[in-house]
Amino acid sequence: MKAFSYDRAGSVNEALQLAARPDAKFIAGGTNLLDLMKLGIEAPVHLVDINRLGLDTIEPTAEGGLRIGALVRNADLAADMRIRRDYAVLARALVSGASGQLRNKATTAGNLLQRTRCPYFYNTDMPCNKRRPGSGCAAIGGLSHNLGVLGISDACIATHPSDMAVALRVLDATVEIAGARGAARTVPMADFHRLPGETPHLETALREGEMIVAVTLPPPMGGTQIYRKVRERASYAFATVSVALVAREGRIERVAFGGLAPKPWRVDANGSAGEVADAALAGARPTPDNGYKLDLARRTLAAALADAVRLEAGR
Amino acid sequence: MIGDGINRTEGPRKVAGQVPYSAERRDAGDPLHGFVRGAAIGSGRITEIDTTAAEAAPGVRLVLTHRNAPPQGDLADLGGLHDAKPELVDDRIVRYGQPVALVVADSFEQARAAAMLIEVSYDREPADFDFFAHAGGGEVQDVSAVGDFEQAFAEAPVSIDATYTTPYHFGHPMEPNAAIADWRDGHLTVYLTAQMLNQLLDGLALTLMLDKADITIDSAYVGGGFGSKIGLHCEAVLASLATRILERPVKLAMTRRQMFSLVGHRAASQSRIRLGATADGRLTALGHDAHVQTTIRDDWREPVANVARALYAAPNRLTRRSHVELDVGAPEPVRGPGELPGLMVFESAVDELAEKLGMDPVELRLRNDTQIDPEKNRPLNGRRLADCLREGAERFGWDDRPIVPASRRDGDWLIGYGVASSIRSHWQMATDVRVRIDPAGLVTVQSDMTDLGTGTYTIMAQVAASALNVPVEQVQVELGRTDHPKGWGSGGSWGSGNMSVATDRACSAVREKVFAAAGKGFNDIFAEVRRHFPNGVEAIGHTIGANDDPNYKAYSQFTYGASFAEVGVDAYTGEVRLRRMLGVFSFGRVLNAKTARSQLLGGMIWGVSAALHEGGDVDPRYGHWVNGDLAEYLIPTHADIPAIDAIVLDDFDEHANHMGVKGIGELGAGGTGGSVANAVYNATGVRVRDFPITLGRLLPGLIARG
Ligand SMILES: Cc1cc2nc3c(=O)[nH]c(=O)nc-3n(C[C@H](O)[C@H](O)[C@H](O)COP(=O)(O)OP(=O)(O)OC[C@H]3O[C@@H](n4cnc5c(N)ncnc54)[C@H](O)[C@@H]3O)c2cc1C
Ligand code: SF4
Repeated sequence: MKAFSYDRAGSVNEALQLAARPDAKFIAGGTNLLDLMKLGIEAPVHLVDINRLGLDTIEPTAEGGLRIGALVRNADLAADMRIRRDYAVLARALVSGASGQLRNKATTAGNLLQRTRCPYFYNTDMPCNKRRPGSGCAAIGGLSHNLGVLGISDACIATHPSDMAVALRVLDATVEIAGARGAARTVPMADFHRLPGETPHLETALREGEMIVAVTLPPPMGGTQIYRKVRERASYAFATVSVALVAREGRIERVAFGGLAPKPWRVDANGSAGEVADAALAGARPTPDNGYKLDLARRTLAAALADAVRLEAGR
Repeated sequence: MIGDGINRTEGPRKVAGQVPYSAERRDAGDPLHGFVRGAAIGSGRITEIDTTAAEAAPGVRLVLTHRNAPPQGDLADLGGLHDAKPELVDDRIVRYGQPVALVVADSFEQARAAAMLIEVSYDREPADFDFFAHAGGGEVQDVSAVGDFEQAFAEAPVSIDATYTTPYHFGHPMEPNAAIADWRDGHLTVYLTAQMLNQLLDGLALTLMLDKADITIDSAYVGGGFGSKIGLHCEAVLASLATRILERPVKLAMTRRQMFSLVGHRAASQSRIRLGATADGRLTALGHDAHVQTTIRDDWREPVANVARALYAAPNRLTRRSHVELDVGAPEPVRGPGELPGLMVFESAVDELAEKLGMDPVELRLRNDTQIDPEKNRPLNGRRLADCLREGAERFGWDDRPIVPASRRDGDWLIGYGVASSIRSHWQMATDVRVRIDPAGLVTVQSDMTDLGTGTYTIMAQVAASALNVPVEQVQVELGRTDHPKGWGSGGSWGSGNMSVATDRACSAVREKVFAAAGKGFNDIFAEVRRHFPNGVEAIGHTIGANDDPNYKAYSQFTYGASFAEVGVDAYTGEVRLRRMLGVFSFGRVLNAKTARSQLLGGMIWGVSAALHEGGDVDPRYGHWVNGDLAEYLIPTHADIPAIDAIVLDDFDEHANHMGVKGIGELGAGGTGGSVANAVYNATGVRVRDFPITLGRLLPGLIARG
């Protein structure tokens, strides 16, 4: 780990100013950043602690939605009664992630910005275009059973690991961003995570020095909300495939997949689970190791829909 | 008193954080901190290594590479566990992660930061990293043949011929490998987390070219072993080299990620299993050809094919092993060596045979039970496999099993039951234990034995207390130092057997001394000691090694068990979840019901893990451990392990030793993985022969069945 300076910001403005220095990074829960620093994958020169900014409340919006502060912890968000009642897919996605201890630390913004779990990204002895642009991609032609099948490129086949982001995508959340120069802007979840293309190191719409201040949920959409996460053990593992589903009267209304792509993979299609899955998986490019994810995605969607039907029948 | 499930004597101090593990020892004062820089390639040479920046980094005291490392003993000195294990010898890289430099600094962070500043260039050489590209082949070794297997197999009315694979496994305990080495006044003390001290002392003395008398290894408390602390590894060697140069105590603790390449692994294996039987389920031919990974330099060969040698009767038998030398680092014994992978696949094959015969898998196993070792033709003492199977079937409700695969559902869950047998060889090793009684009312038991957290301190206190008729609280057990009487440590499931016998004998010898002095019988041994031995009295108890013990020629010594598992498989996704599990075991006498049960349950969880979760993946191009951390190398979480139970058929095996005790450390895992795999088959009708049974392996079969 390289030596770094550490400042605790007292206000958003101060945080933005401190972050305007080259090679500065915000630290929120630290559950991803610190691990990456220990392994030499991230090497910020300045750390700006944003935990004391007070961005840790969930407030109603004028439109009837909720504005979630960037520093709201995953555990608190999942436990909030309004989230549980009106945005159940988000609460379910959150509790399926990581562990109780991690969720107590992990923040809303940090979760969106967590980096891939591609095992080659994690090993600094390996070429990786995301870690060292232009060095190549060790995962292509390597062991890739849990890497991406959709939205990937010849430069990078990694997935985005967040569960929360998949739920936010299906709920059409927007990300509120503040920058040292200029006014705050908002980016819809649809555009927040980027596809790798030739530049897998550029992962989100966030620009240098910018900070996420909140994530806003539109008014509740109702329906039956399911988050179904499939993984290789019962808990404490990243998704192999996950499905965030809003169904109504046994029909799919909205769906997004996790575990398949560099961003939550939303598909706007109507029809049966099979038809929707076909539309979602069109253009998939599996490796020899991860073709099973296509079948798994279809079947997980079917399972999620069956869960929704059962829930509706029980009401 | 022996057998009582009393709490571990050091337990309260451990949970209160009052027991220092090796890396926390401060007997020598505050240490300097080391960090290993590992090789970035799997095979080749270092062409350049530039340590200038590291040497100039804050807090750095020493940077060792092959250029300036002191001379050390030769790798080939003794062979196996007692080998010298020199580090930083030359520019050759034989495995990914091999130490290329050691940095010692004032703090751990400084050492790690400086280690990352070292610039290393390599010349890669062609290498072979891919076990699964080598199907069988290689020199055949360790052959055991009875009758004419090939002919009997060819003529068998019912037969199966199936090939299975098991992946690399790691025996990573909670406490990572760590050492603090302290060189002072011409003596080296190494606080080392370790399993078997006397071999480590041999290896370390040879490596450092020191006299054994000039080294003390202290391993008082150990946070788990599982084989990872049997061999001599770089933490002990490099910390010792550094403390001799710096004349300050030096600590070297591995990170979890480093453990994947700095400590050995269980070899990957491939097994072809051929079984022939009569229509009524009597085995006529039993064959197991195993193929395992090794390296050019090291000779531990996972004995995968040995597990069935005394498991079932069959007149024609052939079991043997071949190996392939790869550039992925040395395999080492990991808990249940041979048995864990071997029984998992063999007991899967037995299940396949039962299916083909249309027979109850429990009945098939009972039908081929034997009281005589079918290869050595001598009695199998304490052979209670059939009791384990019957008792287990009864308690588990085996009668209620889904007879037809994929025939039972609970909502979206496909339900299946599976059974497997377990067998584990029981060994005895030459061991000395000293027992001393002080007039003040204290019994001291001393040995170089280690307690891996398994309860050795406790059972030795129980044995001594009961032999001397004193309260357990008056017995102090002192373990884990090479200047104590010598034994064979913890490993091979021989610890409790060796220790209880030697401790009991030492107690008898002390009692005899006291009796001779008293000239009459006595009740209160402390009173007699006060009267006749004002300076205390002591004696050594001894066991001989199995090879010198006629018992081990007259009998084939094993422990036994049976495992029953119920799994649910999600009909949509193929997710497998264990629903319940029961193990029934027979291993002679129980020394402590509580610690024994913990060993068994822990072993059973290893079995679940091997069947469903664990597997180290080597990149066939680079030779590194792709999933080399605990986020990616999966083991069961709490949520994966529902209520499981272990039942012990308490007993006294008079043919094992005079204490009636055999070992249990490895029996729990045994065939457990096989019972889980068989339950998955029973639930789905899909047989996955490559372990672990992952989504990607199970799902295609599920889909094909519709
Ligand atoms: C063992 C383990 C298992 C896990 N399992 C799961 C899982 O199953 N599912 C899942 O979804 N996640 C999982 N996670 C990931 C976890 O959810 C993330 O680590 C966590 O959400 C990150 O939040 P944080 O606040 O700790 O971020 P930090 O580590 O503090 O920051 C992460 C990144 O975000 C940046 N950042 C933080 N806040 C802001 C801000 N307001 N504006 C701009 N940049 C900011 C930081 O600079 C940094 O680059 C797991 C993590 C671990 C360690
Ligand atoms: S898939 Fe992406 S993250 Fe993984 S090694 Fe390739 S470039 Fe790096």
